[in-house]
Amino acid sequence: MRSVALEPELPADHQPDTLPPDVLASIRLQFLQECEEHLVEFENGLLQLQTGSTDWEIVNAIFRAAHSIKGGAATFGMDRLVEFAHSLEITLATFRSRHSFPEPKLLTVLLRAVDVLADLVREVRDGDTLDQECVRSVSQDLATALQSSSPDGGAESDDLVELGFTPTPVSFESLDAEIRDRWIVEFRPHNALYATANEPLVLLRELHSLGDIEVDLDDSAVPSLSDLDPAEPLLAWTVSLSTSHDEAEIRQVFEFVDGLCDLTIRKEATESIQPAPEERASTLSEPKPIVRKDSAPALAPTIRVDLEKVDRLINLVSELVISEATLAERVLNADMTSAHTSGIAAAFDNLRHLTRDLQEYVMGVRAQPAKILFQRMPRLVREIEAQTGKSVRLVVHGEETEVDRALIEGLTDALTHMVRNAIDHGIEHPERRLKAGKPAQGVVRLNAAHRAGRVVIEVSDDGQGICRDKVRALAIQRGMISSADVLSDGEIDNLIFEPGLSTVDKVTDLSGRGVGMDVVRRSVQALGGRITVTSTPGVGTVLTLSLPLTLAVMDGMIASVFGQRLVIPLTTLLETIQVKESNIHRLGTAAILLTVHGRRVPLVDLGNLLGYGPSRDQQSSGVALLVEDDTGEQIALLVDDIPEQRQVVIKSLETNHCRVAGIAAATILGNGTVALILDVNSIVASRKVRPTPEMGLAVHA
Amino acid sequence: MRSAADKQPDSVQGMSGEVLVFRVRTQEFCVDVSRVKEIRGWTAATLLPHSPPYLLGVINLRGTVLPIVDVAARLNFPVGAPSHHPVIVVVWIETKQIGLLVDAVCDILEINENALQPTPQLSSATVQDLVTALVSADDRMIGLLALDRILPRLEDGIV
Amino acid sequence: MTSNKTVLTVDDSRTMRDMLASALIQSGYRVVQADDGVQAIGMLANETPDVIITDINMPRLDGFGFIEEVRSNPKYRAIPILVLTTENSPEMKERARKSGATGWLVKPFDTAKLTDAIRRVGA
Repeated sequence: MRSVALEPELPADHQPDTLPPDVLASIRLQFLQECEEHLVEFENGLLQLQTGSTDWEIVNAIFRAAHSIKGGAATFGMDRLVEFAHSLEITLATFRSRHSFPEPKLLTVLLRAVDVLADLVREVRDGDTLDQECVRSVSQDLATALQSSSPDGGAESDDLVELGFTPTPVSFESLDAEIRDRWIVEFRPHNALYATANEPLVLLRELHSLGDIEVDLDDSAVPSLSDLDPAEPLLAWTVSLSTSHDEAEIRQVFEFVDGLCDLTIRKEATESIQPAPEERASTLSEPKPIVRKDSAPALAPTIRVDLEKVDRLINLVSELVISEATLAERVLNADMTSAHTSGIAAAFDNLRHLTRDLQEYVMGVRAQPAKILFQRMPRLVREIEAQTGKSVRLVVHGEETEVDRALIEGLTDALTHMVRNAIDHGIEHPERRLKAGKPAQGVVRLNAAHRAGRVVIEVSDDGQGICRDKVRALAIQRGMISSADVLSDGEIDNLIFEPGLSTVDKVTDLSGRGVGMDVVRRSVQALGGRITVTSTPGVGTVLTLSLPLTLAVMDGMIASVFGQRLVIPLTTLLETIQVKESNIHRLGTAAILLTVHGRRVPLVDLGNLLGYGPSRDQQSSGVALLVEDDTGEQIALLVDDIPEQRQVVIKSLETNHCRVAGIAAATILGNGTVALILDVNSIVASRKVRPTPEMGLAVHA
Repeated sequence: MRSAADKQPDSVQGMSGEVLVFRVRTQEFCVDVSRVKEIRGWTAATLLPHSPPYLLGVINLRGTVLPIVDVAARLNFPVGAPSHHPVIVVVWIETKQIGLLVDAVCDILEINENALQPTPQLSSATVQDLVTALVSADDRMIGLLALDRILPRLEDGIV
Repeated sequence: MTSNKTVLTVDDSRTMRDMLASALIQSGYRVVQADDGVQAIGMLANETPDVIITDINMPRLDGFGFIEEVRSNPKYRAIPILVLTTENSPEMKERARKSGATGWLVKPFDTAKLTDAIRRVGA
């Protein structure tokens, strides 16, 4: 049970009318954040209803979402938002009152309405102006859909639609009559007044605050004690009030008890007929809520934490890991034997386990369900459907799969692009699909799962697949391959990740414009992941993303090259090989190959490639690391020594510098120095394709 | 006296009025004090592949990876005897931090805009590019470094 | 207002809770908050506030249901309760009254109206 007691800080007589602007601004921001949550709830509810759910609680939840948005928006004077939210609310109120579920056509309009509502929220937050026409047309459609589905042919809905809503409180009109000095107020409360915890004493006090009063109590109706029925209202008061306030203000004192008492207010010696205070507000009744006391699902206790705090926590824990490694190295290296015998080594082992566990749990705090990543997809699909005229169904699996928050942030754009691609290039138009014997509606599938210690996300479609001839032709045209090159189907498919290969005959503004699959791959790799594609012509395409479970930590092999320490990601390392004269094979002067298990793989002089030292091509001994990239292409890297395995904390190189070719990121070793983490994909790629003048590992212009 | 320069040197705008003066070889240079994050001693840097000679590499600054620029090399000074106790001045360039390797830190001077003079035309192109103005104090001529140009945005490698 | 009276606010919207709390604190009240009606009822067992301000539209238990629940306990019959509502209509007032609400506050309201309403119900 949470109890938050907040103590006042300002002097007690400080009575501001409004909140200070900075407080208001931060609450406003929070409200906009809350709106996003309400919108999600709204959309999810509609989608559930669309799939045929008959849970009435969903309708309630949707209604509450619209109502909350409207209420908050009214507080901040966000008129357009209020207006639209109100019309949505009326629509939903109608169904609640009819106890009937909205039918499919209305649900579709409602989904569009949610989109418009989201845009209006965004309009308030970002300051762009929304196209009025859009809002108007959806409002109209809502009204039409409401009318057409009304059981009595629309008579009911007409009333509702016509009602305006002005979020203003009741204001009393000023009176025509002269304000006199002396008033007589006669007041006899009913039982019901007490039942609402209203107190005559309080009312009298209020009257007193308006001016001087004389109070006469009439207790003539009070019987003897034995006949007393405490439930009967027995007391009445007559108050003579001398005031400069007008009658409206006097009557307002009794606002809450109006109808719960016998009340007369009159000027002394003059009777004036007072009009009832005019209400300039809506006459729409508060829809009767359907309370289901047993409908609440058990909520797992959660708390809301600032993301900044979590990030700082994670940073600290990462530093702790490094410190622990540093300490261990210094102490253990100082005197190995006594360290072991005195139990220091064992103590450090213990410490290491604790730190690793702590790290794992802290990382887990950032984990969120993939659902958040997939959230925007339904709307995106609806939009692209409208833009392309294709018909697509979105199927989502594995939404509960937990994914590091940074992944969600980093992947949203990439995922958007992949889904766009799938519909744009993959799914065919309905006529073509029917001709091909497929259902007119295409399917795009999103799947998230944990597999082999990684997060795997698949985006698949049942469209036409990758057009290999086109890709190949375009690659030749762009000079990426020559016409003589023989590429496997898989290799051709993977060409879509090359920059400049936007495989589209006309550049639509959906997926052209320099946002190609190469950028998608880059963002996936920046997160420490890999992306692969498989495609079957006529059947469909699957894009598979494989990402690490936690981002900041990686298992690597630390190797030395010309005295510089480099980290090779363990996931890319296949084996360590002793280089001997017997397994080296030179091909002219250009290439050296290493024989590994009967195959020949290129041997790369890593030190030379990175510019650390002169070429060691003539060398015939040493250590080579056999690594493979995302496509399974293998090469061997020549290093100085046999590497050791370490878990390292990934540090960004780009925070203070820029992207360096061949390097994925950096880490800080136990001795406090920086070691660079190798980008195996780019290293392999640089060796794979025949070098042209534009290529190479040149870093600066 | 400030002559009409073709462009307002970017470091002059928003200057705090104080500059940190340091020595590179035999000359003195300075940067706006408000851009300086800290000063620390030298540590060996980890090499970055294929970097220009003035980019010495990166060091660990309490958990952040910090690139180090050899200011003498950046200014194309001939290779000379390195200082015994080189100093790294960590500066802010927009949201990034970089370390400037200098021979020594001299002092902090209070200056006003009248003390600024344009860089003489006779200086080399590099100096013209990297020194936005000259600060004259007593009989010292101190070059105001253009921090925004000290580490040019290195192009991403094409692979 | 020099009182250090306690207000219990019941609203599932954090925005609303914060706005109420800010306004109330600046006016010299002590604020205790609940996310929803069920939680509020639990908190009543711990301490009796001088006035309760509750929203109407809340999940699990709506405002009116909450008030009815509160009033059903004789111990709480006399606590003034204000409902927050977006509409001002006879029907709303009727419903509020029937459930046992002492008064109402129509949104949007400013600090002055808030403190007025609290004062008028005797807190």
